Amino acid sequence: MTIELKKITKRFGSLTAVDAIDLDVGDGEVLCLLGPSGCGKTTTLRMVAGLEAASEGDVMLGGKRVNELAPRDRNVAMSFQFYALYPSLTVAENLAYPLHAEKLSGVEIEKRVAQVAKTLQLESILKRTPGQLAEGEKQRVAVGRSIIRDPQCFLFDEPLSRLDVQLREEMRGEIKEVLQDLSRPTVIVTHDQLEALTMADRIAVMRAGRIEQVDTPHNVFQSPANLFVAGFIGTPQMNLIRATLTGSDGTGLADFAFEGDQTLKIKVDPAVSQLSPGSKVTLGIRPRNLEMSAEPTEDSLSTKIDMVEPMGAETLAHMHDGFHDLRLVTDWRVPMSEGDNVHTRFPPNTTHVFTEDEQVLRSAS
Amino acid sequence: MARKHREIGKAGWGYTAIASVIGFIYFFPVLWIILTAFKTRTDALAVPPKLFFTPTMENFTSVFYRTSITTGTAQATDMGLYFFNSIFIAFSSVGLALIVGTLAAYAFSRYPLKGNDTYLFIILTTRMMPPIVVIIPIFLMFRLSGLAGSYWGIILLYTAFNIPFSVWLVKSFFDELNPEIEDAARMDGATERRVFFNFCIPQILAGLSATFVFGLILTWNEFLFALLLTGVETRTVPVAMARTLGGEVGVDYGLLAAIVTLFLIPIFFVTFLLQNQLLRGVTFGTVKK
Repeated sequence: MTIELKKITKRFGSLTAVDAIDLDVGDGEVLCLLGPSGCGKTTTLRMVAGLEAASEGDVMLGGKRVNELAPRDRNVAMSFQFYALYPSLTVAENLAYPLHAEKLSGVEIEKRVAQVAKTLQLESILKRTPGQLAEGEKQRVAVGRSIIRDPQCFLFDEPLSRLDVQLREEMRGEIKEVLQDLSRPTVIVTHDQLEALTMADRIAVMRAGRIEQVDTPHNVFQSPANLFVAGFIGTPQMNLIRATLTGSDGTGLADFAFEGDQTLKIKVDPAVSQLSPGSKVTLGIRPRNLEMSAEPTEDSLSTKIDMVEPMGAETLAHMHDGFHDLRLVTDWRVPMSEGDNVHTRFPPNTTHVFTEDEQVLRSAS
Repeated sequence: MARKHREIGKAGWGYTAIASVIGFIYFFPVLWIILTAFKTRTDALAVPPKLFFTPTMENFTSVFYRTSITTGTAQATDMGLYFFNSIFIAFSSVGLALIVGTLAAYAFSRYPLKGNDTYLFIILTTRMMPPIVVIIPIFLMFRLSGLAGSYWGIILLYTAFNIPFSVWLVKSFFDELNPEIEDAARMDGATERRVFFNFCIPQILAGLSATFVFGLILTWNEFLFALLLTGVETRTVPVAMARTLGGEVGVDYGLLAAIVTLFLIPIFFVTFLLQNQLLRGVTFGTVKK
């Protein structure tokens, strides 16, 4: 079983919500659509579900084009952001509802409800109506209702967005476990990168109706394809600073000049030699990669500590060189105080170079 | 002076007293009419008005049986028929308007046309003028089509007058619903018909009750069109009531009050039956879920 989207486009009047995207989700794979609000991720999901008709392109489920099929004929299960539990039905009836459409016998329905209730620990609340449930319970019922039949694929729209932090963590694990057991192609829409990074096999980062990068959570984080992905994934956000390339030696050792006349000689991807000296670039480095050094070095900028934010196990320091703000995360034991003058070091092979058209420079590996 | 912190959910005696006084003032005319219905002709006309009197049922009897002054024999009046007419006409037209209005409201809410708001506005314009303005064309239309004096005629007219109100009100209830529930039902194998009947309608029953009662009250008390467009057989109570004024014996206030009292009962009963729903219907959407 697979989900394939081919050049799928959705227009609402003059607005293009989803712009010719290609995507495929393999059997048993969990794909997260991640992006800021309004980037078209929910619309994409709804097109797979059949709740929204694609303006162009093909939606393929299990190799068959399903564009013209009504949602009920697609055999797809979906769980909604606001749970969408049927308010007048009890939990048990909510769970059983999708089975009625499959024309199962009463005995069989009861058996399945009991089974799902056991998996998701819903046995004690089967007789209640949605109005009497807590948020976490509603979420469980919503998940239960989508897994109770055996659909071709699963779709989740912001499954955890309404839960508090603690419950979210708990449910994240539970959903992940359930999904592993089901082994069906699954698409999860989320704007929460942590959710995407933890639950997905692959992440598709979307912006303004287009897919910016599809890759494993590790690669999306470690090797962002462009400036948007680099800035979007990771907290605290990656440092992105404008610089001018002044020279490179072909092995990746390159010189950069910054506003304020400071310079850096750092080891970056060898592909940087494709650029001619004088090119404008954006350098990206994760706050956890930056290091502090007491002595000035070739690969450091002279900075002052502007502000210190303790984050528990780590400390976030805002460094300033007079023109750029750099976020640096370090172990909480490292002593520092606001106003200190320190050098911020860019260790070798930790800095990404983005060209003026916002793409990353990376040699094929 | 520091104000005492008020416990939520408890208004205190002062506010209760004020509410009671205002409530009494509102209810006073109704109370007056009900009391009058139980008074003899002399008591009804007494100055100053009597608050304490010996109640009599004679007015109620004479609603249905009247002794002719000239012959002295009791004969049945047509009031029974008129009550039936009022109930039949009001309930069918409001019911019909609610059905048509609900279907239209669902369409307006879920499948908006290009220029949806314009259509909604046009629907509302029919309620913007006083009905008397259109009475001549409507009267002519009814005469030409033969609808004048028939049940069909007056029911269709009231339905037409109730539809705009139903569409607007019910649309606002549909707009309040979480469309995800409908989508979920679609995903779970429901047809569009099921989505509407099994998932949308049950969620707005309170709103539908409120719409029904409001429409019913408006239609129940309608006088002008009923006067002009109903015949002897289809006359409604408000028209019949007007005809008791200035008969052979002048205005019989006791009789009038008795008719009004009886006339109040059905609407009172319906409102009472639906009051819980009604309250939810009126406050629908005013409280965030």
